[in-house]
Amino acid sequence: MSERHETLAIRNLRLDVAQSGNDIVDEVTLTIARGEMLGLVGESGSGKTTVGLAVLGHARKGVGIHSGSVSIEGTDVLAAHGKDLRRARGRLVSYVPQDPGTALNPALRIGGQVLEVLQTHGFGADNAARKQRVQEVFSEVLLPATPSFLRRYPHQLSGGQQQRVGLAMAFAARPAVIVLDEPTTGLDVSTQAHVLETVRALASKHGVAALYVTHDLAVVATLADRVAVMYAGRIVEQGTTAEIFANPAHPYTRYLVAAAPEMGSDRELVGLAGRAPSPGRRPVGCAFALRCEVATAECHAAFPEVTNVGTTDSHDVRCFHAFTVPERTSRRAAAGVAAAAGNDAALSLRGVDAAYTGLSVVHDVSFDISRGECVALVGESGSGKSTLSRSIGGLHREWTGEILLDGAPLARSSRDRPVQQRLSIQYVFQNPYSSLHPRRSIADSIGRPLAIAGVDKRETGREVDRMLERVSLSASYGSRFPDQLSGGERQRVAIARALVSKPQVLICDEVTSALDVLVQATIIELLVDLQRDLGLAMLFVTHNLPLVRSIAQRVAVMADGKIVELGTAADTLTNPQEEYTRRLLADTPAIPEFPANPELPIDTLG
Amino acid sequence: MSTDITIDPAHTTAVAQPGLLRSAMKLWRTRIGVALVVLLVGVAIVGPWVAPYGPAEFVGTANLRNVEGAWLGTDYFGQDVWSRFLHGGRSILFLASVATLIGFFFGAAIGLVAAYNRGRIDDALMRFMDIILAFPQLLLALVALTTVGPQSWLIIAIVAFTTIPRIARITRGAAVPVVERDFIGAAEALGESRLRIITRELLPNVTGPLLVEANLRLTYSIGIIAGLGFLGFATERNAADWGLMVQENRVALSVQPWGTVLPAVAIALLTIGTGLISDGLARTVAGIDRGRPDA
Amino acid sequence: MGILKLILRRLMLGVATLLVVSVAVFLLTNVLGDPVKRMLGRGALPEVVAARRAELGLDRPLVTRYFEWLKGLLTGDFGTSYANGSPVWDLLEDRVNNSLFLMAVASAISVPLSLFIGAYTALRRDKWFDRIMSNQLLVLAAMPEFVVGALLTVLLATNVWHLVPAVSRIRPGEPPWSDLDGLVLPVLTLVLAVTPHVGRTMRAAMIDVLESDYVEMARLKGLPERKVLWRHAFPNALGPTLQVIALNIAYLAGGVVIVESLFNFRGIGIALRDAIPEANAPVVQFIAMFIALIYVISNLLADVATILVTPRLRTRLQ
Ligand code: SF4
Repeated sequence: MSERHETLAIRNLRLDVAQSGNDIVDEVTLTIARGEMLGLVGESGSGKTTVGLAVLGHARKGVGIHSGSVSIEGTDVLAAHGKDLRRARGRLVSYVPQDPGTALNPALRIGGQVLEVLQTHGFGADNAARKQRVQEVFSEVLLPATPSFLRRYPHQLSGGQQQRVGLAMAFAARPAVIVLDEPTTGLDVSTQAHVLETVRALASKHGVAALYVTHDLAVVATLADRVAVMYAGRIVEQGTTAEIFANPAHPYTRYLVAAAPEMGSDRELVGLAGRAPSPGRRPVGCAFALRCEVATAECHAAFPEVTNVGTTDSHDVRCFHAFTVPERTSRRAAAGVAAAAGNDAALSLRGVDAAYTGLSVVHDVSFDISRGECVALVGESGSGKSTLSRSIGGLHREWTGEILLDGAPLARSSRDRPVQQRLSIQYVFQNPYSSLHPRRSIADSIGRPLAIAGVDKRETGREVDRMLERVSLSASYGSRFPDQLSGGERQRVAIARALVSKPQVLICDEVTSALDVLVQATIIELLVDLQRDLGLAMLFVTHNLPLVRSIAQRVAVMADGKIVELGTAADTLTNPQEEYTRRLLADTPAIPEFPANPELPIDTLG
Repeated sequence: MSTDITIDPAHTTAVAQPGLLRSAMKLWRTRIGVALVVLLVGVAIVGPWVAPYGPAEFVGTANLRNVEGAWLGTDYFGQDVWSRFLHGGRSILFLASVATLIGFFFGAAIGLVAAYNRGRIDDALMRFMDIILAFPQLLLALVALTTVGPQSWLIIAIVAFTTIPRIARITRGAAVPVVERDFIGAAEALGESRLRIITRELLPNVTGPLLVEANLRLTYSIGIIAGLGFLGFATERNAADWGLMVQENRVALSVQPWGTVLPAVAIALLTIGTGLISDGLARTVAGIDRGRPDA
Repeated sequence: MGILKLILRRLMLGVATLLVVSVAVFLLTNVLGDPVKRMLGRGALPEVVAARRAELGLDRPLVTRYFEWLKGLLTGDFGTSYANGSPVWDLLEDRVNNSLFLMAVASAISVPLSLFIGAYTALRRDKWFDRIMSNQLLVLAAMPEFVVGALLTVLLATNVWHLVPAVSRIRPGEPPWSDLDGLVLPVLTLVLAVTPHVGRTMRAAMIDVLESDYVEMARLKGLPERKVLWRHAFPNALGPTLQVIALNIAYLAGGVVIVESLFNFRGIGIALRDAIPEANAPVVQFIAMFIALIYVISNLLADVATILVTPRLRTRLQ
């Protein structure tokens, strides 16, 4: 691979926090060849977007480009300034933003926004040629190239269409390098699948070198030729997609792969608590040392150099003990999630219809959840799953039909339900950053349900401590405030608050969607344990299909307000009966099986 | 847009931190503001006791700059400028603070109720508030004075009444995003009462913007009440009143500037002081400086 | 056409606002206190009061009087002054013109000026110009107009320099531009009163826009800075500022009372000030309604302008 034609070459890139001089990313070196796509993977805060923007010679407010070089077709972007830099942007390298809804100018027509790229860079002979090119690129991204469509404003487009305009803008001037910054976050799986398809087709057709920045391993596995994994501002492992997924070498990569949910298996997810050190708090040695189970004294003393591992020269890793973390993918013990006894329904829905400001969004939904059973409610955004779960929780009042708790019908609004019922159904919210009262201590937040139940202060204090321990937080957390906690810790607090009143039913509304994959895995582990130990009836609402089998025994697939399919998780996800479920599964990116290289150690400790 | 540097979302919301006032005091503008306000409030409160003459005491010929025993000279009526100045701050401060407090209380209550009960109550309340906003505060005060004359209760009532919608708007604006946060949902799921949700869940999370606005309103209330005095509608005839003093003495500005300049500067420093405090608080609350959304 | 319908709807809303204001103004000037008693003083004999009341037509039922007054407003008959019995319109006609002229000049200067200052300080955010300007605007915004005006008089017209006259000298029957020198201080004071608010709003809006994803995107597309600012940023910052401009024009209408008194400018502000001690309700009512009308019109214009610069609103109508 030494004769590669390197279209993009990043060498020793370092960006700082402008004020403190602490590094945000450092020692980033990578190359991308013509027609190649590199997936840059990392959790939030790892510095991946910062690297992506630096390829365009851009740093966000408060961030400074410190040193290193970014060369595109021989031009050093970081050395260019003013006019030269502007000329490089859009012409040599272009950017596809994360959220096209905010990255397209609301006051300008979409056609004009694409056209101005061409005008600025003097693309084509004259304006007629440029207009021609706009139409062409709209067709390439599978948008209608009609004059009336080009005259639309961004808000008149769907999210998927907006992102296609973003792609059109990036590809319009035929740049050599394209940076794609999580371009499908926020899109539904089917839209995401189509946009990814377009990205793949365009990138290979134009032979661009593409840098695809994402946190989603499954997307990378299906899309990228090579993968670079970032942790705390450094690239810790780099290799071909097959190498990274089949023979991950760095402990962090191995955790990531083990924590990624898989549609096809019900293996237990293994997570890892803690978070990456932020700029300024990074240790001298390996940044992962605090969380690494095979760390040695050596690791704390120095940051390991890049070393080549594996059988080709493309697989690089920065670790003293590559390949040593034991294979974490153990099969789930069958007993753990055994289907619960059938007819002991804790929660029953009978012909529930719900409306949202007069519009009917849930139609005739009926199902039961037994004690000790977890049912996953899956569906795309707008399917009505949230409205349904909020109706059960008494947070949404516009519904009719019957919801029975232990055979007793529930009032529509939580305020009309007796205290005992209120405490018996508990709700965990999606966003741990907004579900805790910011001005209330953790102990007070967790203890509030008990106060409502009339439990005295001493007893409440004891219960709170017990719950904190149960969710693996030390008792000292009780006196803290939410802004002193990480997202994962907050979600643990929210779970503790939900369980302190010993409920029968727990509703989890997208509880992991705001969390990074390692933390997500720890939360799923915790919920699985708690559900099993406490015999909870659980409704797990999610749009993340691969997650389902790791937690739920049954799954209800929801679309357009109706339950289209209801069955055991294993059957439904491996052998769906309904066309809708089948399509949904097909559109969900999954990590394919990469055959492991037998010449490499897989499990030296285990 | 999410920056790739770890920023805890909780820190970026406009939620008052526990030591809001203390952190605001770290800014020089807040310190200067507090110093000015303390100085002028001090003058207004202590002034009448230390004034050498009574507010309406005749000490010499009118409009003299140098008079024995009156170091800043005499005013249009031959009264001691310095003494009238020392007497002239009390009523302005009293009327402005009482009016702002009343307006603040009702405005905050209305804003919170509107924010929590989105829909019809919200619409009706805010429509009504918009109509009150249609009228410049000073003008409404003048209309009300027409048949009653300048009475303290009326001035307080009008200024308070016109302050309400302005506070209500800001409160509602700050509270609506809080209402949408999940901890309100969590409280509802537990069946907490409306009153408790409004006072215990909502209110503590909008104190920052509320304080900023209250301060700003105080600034404008002072301006309006001083303005009424300037137009000759101070609450007592021939009262020693900073606003009125500017009016009385401005004709003789070129011969005896003190009678105009002293009270004008006093009002200026007082309002600049409260304005600086608002700005300091606003910067602390939002982390950034923003202009005001309404006038 | 959707846009006409929307304008019509806003127009109705404006009319409704004016109706509510008219009720409020009428009640405040008739029910809150008694104009006749205030005119004649406390010691007046009951017979005298009754006679005066009858003379002014105040002995008839409140509702009748309200509708008569309202009808008069709509037909251009604004009543007669309690003080001398002459028609309100005759007394105020040239004063209305003078005040409108004053406000028009002040707006014409302050609106572009504050948009420029706002946009420019946002661009130079935290640079020295912005810091100085921001603090300047903050100080100016805090001070009441009459204080600003009085200090300006000290500075420009009497004690320090003697550049312009301290009072305006427009004579009855003469157009407002007959004394341009005398116009300087009133206009300057009003401009200083309004510019900070609009300027600060524009600055905040512009900062929001400059930090938006689409401006970052425009830069990443390699557009020249000129284009980024004028094509991508400025139009988006204008929308939120327009509403504040409207509010401030209404505010100008209130501010003229103070400014006119301070500089003896012959306009409705002085007329209002002089009418109050006389309890001259018809004059007060007319001026109040006139200022409310200015508010409603400027708001309507701002609404329409906002819709025109905001495609999201414009296209929703079609
Ligand atoms: S260098 Fe050491 S601490 Fe770092 S990942 Fe490798 S084994 Fe773990």
